[in-house]
Amino acid sequence: MMRRLKPFLPFGLMMAVFMLSGCSDMIVLDPKGPVGEEQKDLIMYSIWFMLFILLVVYALTAFIVYKYRDRKNHKGYDPDNEGSHLLETIWWIIPIIIVIALSIPTVKSIYSLEGPPEESKDQKPLVIHATSVNWKWVFTYPEQDIETVNYLHIPEDRPVLFKLTSADSMASFWVPQLGGQKYAMAGMETELYLQADEQGTYEGRNSNFTGEGFTDHTFDVMAMSDAEFEKWASETKAEAPELTKGQYDKLMLPGHVKEMTFSSTHLDWVDHSKNAEYALDARERLGYEEKIPHSRAAKEEKKKREEEMKKQEESESHGDSHAH
Amino acid sequence: MKWDEFFVTGDPMIYGADVSIVLTMVGILFYLTKYKKWKWLWDEWLTTVDHKKLGIMYIVSAVLMLFRGGVDALLMRTQLAVPEAKFLDSQHYNEIFTTHGTIMIIFMAMPFLIGLINVVVPLQIGARDVAYPYLNAVSFWTFFIGAMLFNISFVIGGSPSAGWTSYMPLASNELSPGPGQNYYLLGLQIAGIGTLLTGINFLVTILKMRAPGMTLFRMPMFTWSSLVTMVIIIFAFPILTVALALMTFDRLFGSHFFTLQGAGMDMLWANLFWLWGHPEVYIVILPAFGMFSEIISTFSRKTLFGYKAMIWSMLLIAGYSFLVWVHHFFTMGSGALVNSVFSITTMAIGIPTGVKIFNWLFTMYRGKIQFTTPMLWSLGFIVNFVIGGVTGVMLAMAAADYQYHNTYFLVSHFHYVLIAGTVFACFAGLIYWYPKMFGYKLNERIGKWVFWIFTIGFNVCFFPQYFLGLDGMPRRVYTYSEESGWGPLNMVSTIGGFMMGIAFLVLVYNMYYSFRFAKRELTGDAWDGRTLEWSTPSAMPPFYNFAKIPEVTGLDHFWRQKQAGKVEKLTANELKPIHMPSNSGVPFIMASFFFVAGFGMVFDWMWMAIVGLIGVFGTLIYRSFEYDDGYYVSVEEIIETEKISK
Repeated sequence: MMRRLKPFLPFGLMMAVFMLSGCSDMIVLDPKGPVGEEQKDLIMYSIWFMLFILLVVYALTAFIVYKYRDRKNHKGYDPDNEGSHLLETIWWIIPIIIVIALSIPTVKSIYSLEGPPEESKDQKPLVIHATSVNWKWVFTYPEQDIETVNYLHIPEDRPVLFKLTSADSMASFWVPQLGGQKYAMAGMETELYLQADEQGTYEGRNSNFTGEGFTDHTFDVMAMSDAEFEKWASETKAEAPELTKGQYDKLMLPGHVKEMTFSSTHLDWVDHSKNAEYALDARERLGYEEKIPHSRAAKEEKKKREEEMKKQEESESHGDSHAH
Repeated sequence: MKWDEFFVTGDPMIYGADVSIVLTMVGILFYLTKYKKWKWLWDEWLTTVDHKKLGIMYIVSAVLMLFRGGVDALLMRTQLAVPEAKFLDSQHYNEIFTTHGTIMIIFMAMPFLIGLINVVVPLQIGARDVAYPYLNAVSFWTFFIGAMLFNISFVIGGSPSAGWTSYMPLASNELSPGPGQNYYLLGLQIAGIGTLLTGINFLVTILKMRAPGMTLFRMPMFTWSSLVTMVIIIFAFPILTVALALMTFDRLFGSHFFTLQGAGMDMLWANLFWLWGHPEVYIVILPAFGMFSEIISTFSRKTLFGYKAMIWSMLLIAGYSFLVWVHHFFTMGSGALVNSVFSITTMAIGIPTGVKIFNWLFTMYRGKIQFTTPMLWSLGFIVNFVIGGVTGVMLAMAAADYQYHNTYFLVSHFHYVLIAGTVFACFAGLIYWYPKMFGYKLNERIGKWVFWIFTIGFNVCFFPQYFLGLDGMPRRVYTYSEESGWGPLNMVSTIGGFMMGIAFLVLVYNMYYSFRFAKRELTGDAWDGRTLEWSTPSAMPPFYNFAKIPEVTGLDHFWRQKQAGKVEKLTANELKPIHMPSNSGVPFIMASFFFVAGFGMVFDWMWMAIVGLIGVFGTLIYRSFEYDDGYYVSVEEIIETEKISK
């Protein structure tokens, strides 16, 4: 018996590991806001269905394979048994019911995620433009008239409306603990509502492959109280340096930068969702040209990039910090 | 172009590959010359139009590509085994995952299945060859040349690194300059010609060349699945051809279909790609379903359960396959209605697939199950594929997909369907039909070892990736931090990956071992089979397959004949001369010109591309004026081949 059931052992074990390990260890299943919460509920709902399906199929497989294996005194052999209307009808209907049972909450969630979360519908969402440039994120707060690079501050318990776009490659804006992702594409604007219900720092990233620097195409989201957020915004407006066009053009070059803060925004001169060519034009203005990978020129450029990153880190450790 | 841009330099592994490629080529040339095999190679293989030999060449190429793609996979798993590893740098890693994906889908899975279809389908329908044997050779050689062109990229010019999906604008000239991405475009384009021709060829073969009495609803399930696959190929591949051509124009001739400048639409590429790409996954899974149907029925010694339901569900899947492509980018912001529609159509594919699973289970019900190696792979398929299936339904739920998209959850899902479905089927089919191709079985004992090591390794490798995905690990990152906490599961996954690698080596050893020691089959019916391919008197069918075309009276005709003790014996006086097609070297030469043209375009050397294209058209024109109606095999020769006593 055991020998025949061997195929099922690893799955049984792994299922057990899954059930025991406790789902809350995994960040997608440990959301900190209503959007992620809704998605987690949907995921858990579907997992129960799927475990049930697996159980049925495995039990049936184990039973049939064990009972009808070729052996001495084999019983019940019926070589011409070629179908049964009743049985086949049953297994056409059951999956249809399952699909319906999964479709209804799915469609409901799809529609509800298009708008701000139900619980905070009466609040005016905070608008933030998130722009991806290889391999950094530029965040613009149009109402506060400030801009940050590679980090975000948001107030808790208030919906945030992200207006996503990209200066070059297609990226995907994702903060797993707050909720699912959406693409950011050049020449286009997509919208995503998120909300944090707990204070804390959450990791965000681009999850859509954008080339060499993709792995470190990340940012931090800090959720804080409304008062703290307002204080930070007004301080930034007062103290942070202004963003110049020259400085912004430099950001258009592929590469990584440290966190930055500015008291003005790039929306004054370009909106990448309306102008897909800006970044390439800026690169041309600065005399930058993409190198063929593996060529000597590409290797030299990579070295230069790394050195520059190091310089940034050094200047930061000398107390030259940004208004965080 | 400078030398440092032409040859890939600077990495000891690349130099190692350079040396081994040169050594292998010298070795092959030496062997062919020393043992005077050049003529044999040309007459028997390079110019053949025999569907069985072409099938074997497809399979051999696919196994080589499985090795190449597998090495890519193990390099990636090595890099990801521990956090912050320095084994590969980012660019190198990106190239490897791009070539891994492209090779496994286009140059491994498809040719493996097409190879098996080539060997088996004409035999299963009682035909002497395919409808267009010459075209079949063109198919194979364009596939092979496309694969070779793509493969040399890692030592000459550098491999593509924009992912096998090659999303624009990342894959554009502005963001990915150089020959790498061109290799992708031209390699796939040339191989795609072969696939489309195969689609047409086998559609006509199955519709027009069946033995008398074999109505559509008496066809074996593998033939049915091949027929449906060919229909999908004919509808899907032109989309890829056009999309690749448009991107080639963008890169070589400065057009703006998908670029950042000139109001190009990068989403259009994603749509076109997946409009082909989703049907493509059914192109590689439906033949697998067909094979499992044959194998499960044979080794349960029982008729397939719900034959008609199996066919209708397959047709339904084929239709649906064109209605779900948007689920690859639910996160593109298409709006609630679009996402809802495509969520539901995607989940609906689970219905016919579920029906098939239950029909396979009930084929075994009241059967007499023999645990041969092909049967083990089939059982392994059911058990593992279901996991891929249910997670596929989870991914279909768009609102939840926003969290799975671009993560290891997705990576795990598609490996569970593509490995447990397609790769298991390739192994099962290869072992099952091995005696038909080579006249002996692979050793069953070693084969079972391969199955267990591979299946356990497969689960150890991919099951943890579901949890990595739910823990927020994105796909395609070349490394990750210690603090992410992804280290332990990645290590487990890497161990599983290497187990699969070991299983592959044991499989290859089994081929060698069985070649040396396996008992040679004396009849054509190695497994007590049910369908016509087992009815040939000799283990390996002669080049004309059937001395006399069989007359079919029902489903599983051969099995029923055996049950009734009425297997017909061939007699000399019912033989007639057999009309067969002549060999031709033109397909091979034409494909070589395709290589020249492709290589020229990759490096933007238009003079070379033009020379190559002139060659291609030259061979086409030459063929048009070639009046060769084939030849007749005399009755005497048939009698001698079939060893009939007069």
